[in-house]
Amino acid sequence: MASSKTTRDRLITHLKKILPKESLLHETEAMQPFECDGLSAYRQLPALVCLPDTVEHIQAIMRICHELQVPVVPRGAGTGLSGGALPNSDGVLLVLSKLNHILDIDTQNFCARIEPGVRNLALSDAARPLGLYYAPDPSSQFACTIGGNVAENSGGVHCLKYGLTVHNVLGLKIVTPEGELLTLGGKTLDSPGYDLLALLCGSEGLLGIVVEITVKLLPCPEFAQVILAVFDDVAKAGLAVSNIISAGIIPAGLEMMDQVVIQAVEGFVHANFPKAARAILLCEMDGATLEVTEQIQRVEKIMFDSGAIEVRTAKDEAERALFWKSRKSAFTALGRLSPDYYCMDGTIPRRSLPEVLTRIAELSREFNLTVANVFHAGDGNLHPLILYDVNRENELEKVEQLGKRILDLCVSVGGTITGEHGVGIEKLDGMCMQFKPLELTQFLTIKTAFDPHKLLNPGKALPTLHRCAEFGGMHVHKGQLSFPELERY
Amino acid sequence: MNNDLSQALQAEVAEALTHKQTLAIIGGNSKRFLQPANADKTIHLADHKGIIDYQPSELYITARAGTPLDEIEALLAQHNQILGSEPPHFSHCSNKATLGGAIACGFSGSRRPFSGSLRDHVLGVKILNGQGQILSFGGQVMKNVAGFDVSRLMVGARGTLGAVLEITLKVIPKPEVETTLRFDCLLQYAPQRMADLARMSLPLSAMAWLEGAVFIRLQGTAQVVRNAQLKISGDEILNSPQFWLGLREHTHPFFHSKQPLWRLSVPPATPLTMPENEVFVDWCGGLHWWHTDKLAAEVNNMANQAEGYVYLFRDIQPVTGPQPPKALLPLHQQLKKAFDPYGVFNPGIMGVSS
Repeated sequence: MASSKTTRDRLITHLKKILPKESLLHETEAMQPFECDGLSAYRQLPALVCLPDTVEHIQAIMRICHELQVPVVPRGAGTGLSGGALPNSDGVLLVLSKLNHILDIDTQNFCARIEPGVRNLALSDAARPLGLYYAPDPSSQFACTIGGNVAENSGGVHCLKYGLTVHNVLGLKIVTPEGELLTLGGKTLDSPGYDLLALLCGSEGLLGIVVEITVKLLPCPEFAQVILAVFDDVAKAGLAVSNIISAGIIPAGLEMMDQVVIQAVEGFVHANFPKAARAILLCEMDGATLEVTEQIQRVEKIMFDSGAIEVRTAKDEAERALFWKSRKSAFTALGRLSPDYYCMDGTIPRRSLPEVLTRIAELSREFNLTVANVFHAGDGNLHPLILYDVNRENELEKVEQLGKRILDLCVSVGGTITGEHGVGIEKLDGMCMQFKPLELTQFLTIKTAFDPHKLLNPGKALPTLHRCAEFGGMHVHKGQLSFPELERY
Repeated sequence: MNNDLSQALQAEVAEALTHKQTLAIIGGNSKRFLQPANADKTIHLADHKGIIDYQPSELYITARAGTPLDEIEALLAQHNQILGSEPPHFSHCSNKATLGGAIACGFSGSRRPFSGSLRDHVLGVKILNGQGQILSFGGQVMKNVAGFDVSRLMVGARGTLGAVLEITLKVIPKPEVETTLRFDCLLQYAPQRMADLARMSLPLSAMAWLEGAVFIRLQGTAQVVRNAQLKISGDEILNSPQFWLGLREHTHPFFHSKQPLWRLSVPPATPLTMPENEVFVDWCGGLHWWHTDKLAAEVNNMANQAEGYVYLFRDIQPVTGPQPPKALLPLHQQLKKAFDPYGVFNPGIMGVSS
């Protein structure tokens, strides 16, 4: 059995033969930094940690783990917010951060071939001098790896216009649980057979180890401009979101903050928001200069027509950065307001925004807990933050109850329990809320098609049918995220 | 035009399972150039039709598989919206392309490089799997990472994993105006020319090459398109929509040739050497329609060298269509088993069986 000491010893003996010393960690102290990902409330030491730096090593590790039937949990930078990279006590934690080379930036085919440990922002930084960039931009983009982005199908502020990771991946090389290397897609715009790329994106490490990625790069837009609109009523801001989209405009980003967030942020960025402000919309347009200028004028008018009490258009790049700072500093600002917060991640159809925000406000009163709303309004991806104090008796329990009610609400209006953070271990019971047993069974058979012995990231993303009671969340104590330097939004 | 046959279709599958029969799925039968499955019976999806939900401000439409594509496009047009991937219909006479058939084949039109493929726009599906179970995946929202992406897996699976009953597609705003410019350019220089144009912050929505010229379609507001035209030279062609429709539907005179038609998908910047009068290039260079009598081995060799793939798209006899790469066949078989363990649907299509 994998749990027995002898299996671990055999594993170490085998791995020592193929891996350089520094690529294998098995002392408790050395493994400590890997005991959790961005969801730090859950911690677990793995049996051992492997840090391979070649695909051949990964294949060899997988072959050994397959032979000894040892679970493998892949991990990128460990910035994930749903516990997807939480180690398995009997398993190998396969850390892919050493595979961090950009193999090829192809300016003619508008794509790049990279290793999975390449950081999201590092790719755009490398491509920008060539006039190109990588569009998906999760808030953790400074630290998160693109391999992790594939596993989580990450989004970001700009996915309203440019899509999620799945829309920007052209090819993958994966290693199967048996250690076989497979190539899916490439630099072509389609590939024959089943759309395995779509299946791999967002599969949370359950179907294969991603060892190489070909991503689409876009020409850098000529110009970007942002509008900040202030509303005295959340519902009016929600209406403005619908009106912009209905007018045939797809902004590069469309973000909303409610009153709780505005007040927290004001103390931070001193943007002089009006006292009556109950909601703020940030709307960014990018593209050819004339196109952006035209759209800005139209959006300004739509904002006023929808009831905005003030509309500001950034005069220059510095002001554009300031507007964004108000949005990007929201989580940090809220962290100062309250000892703890719990961040949720549901998506709802845009038309339900006013209804859901009203209902969340009612629930907030019912539970006597403050809920702050700061989110990607353009695609209906909500991040309600429940503010609480873990030291108050029974408060955590209350928070989790409220969180569950909010996710219930998202599902009931036709939305989903997770828009971009993934299921991991955090939302296993949410999966039971969203899917019926037949769908969950179908997911399990897909898993079996790729991984018959269930060695890849077991216990994550898919709940077993008889176990649907667990509930957790991204709990943040005293504003302390496990990556405090990253602005989360 | 609203007709929900879910129950009846489910009963047909149950009966097939009882009698150990196989079923060939047929929608509008517009893509008759592809070989149908050799099955015991046929299950017809064309009458399972109707638009279930359309929310213009939400940018999505939900319709049953048998809904004709042209009905969907007509409704979208009333609200100034379009299908972002411009999927080809290949309808002829009474054989109208259906939404389900488009999803099963997974073809995308000329907008593919700019606003994504058909699968990119799929938000959710309801399917009938090989055990006769009706399952729902995805939904109406773009950002949804709960569970495996079964919705997009159905696109291009040609009914081998189940019958798609309902589809929710993202739709996009219809650009106000369009114009198409023509630039003289030899085939060998076309990839470079297209890459240069793609870098220029132009409101591009299609780029093709035919008979010694690159064709680019500009779409947007009148002012934006006019401004873009001023930035670049090029001759405006007379009937822009007709040109792109002819390419999408293969009604352009180029496709009248009786020679076999091959479909080559290659990295867009690949310079290919083939006689100029035999090829119509779409997708900014990524897709080559090639009329040639060359042997399959020769055509395959060319695709392999370009790190792309090719298949015979249309011939006198119906063709088998795209096949998965050999190395991925075992995984295809396993997935087939996961959805259709008794091999009820479309046996043998794409080389998979249970």
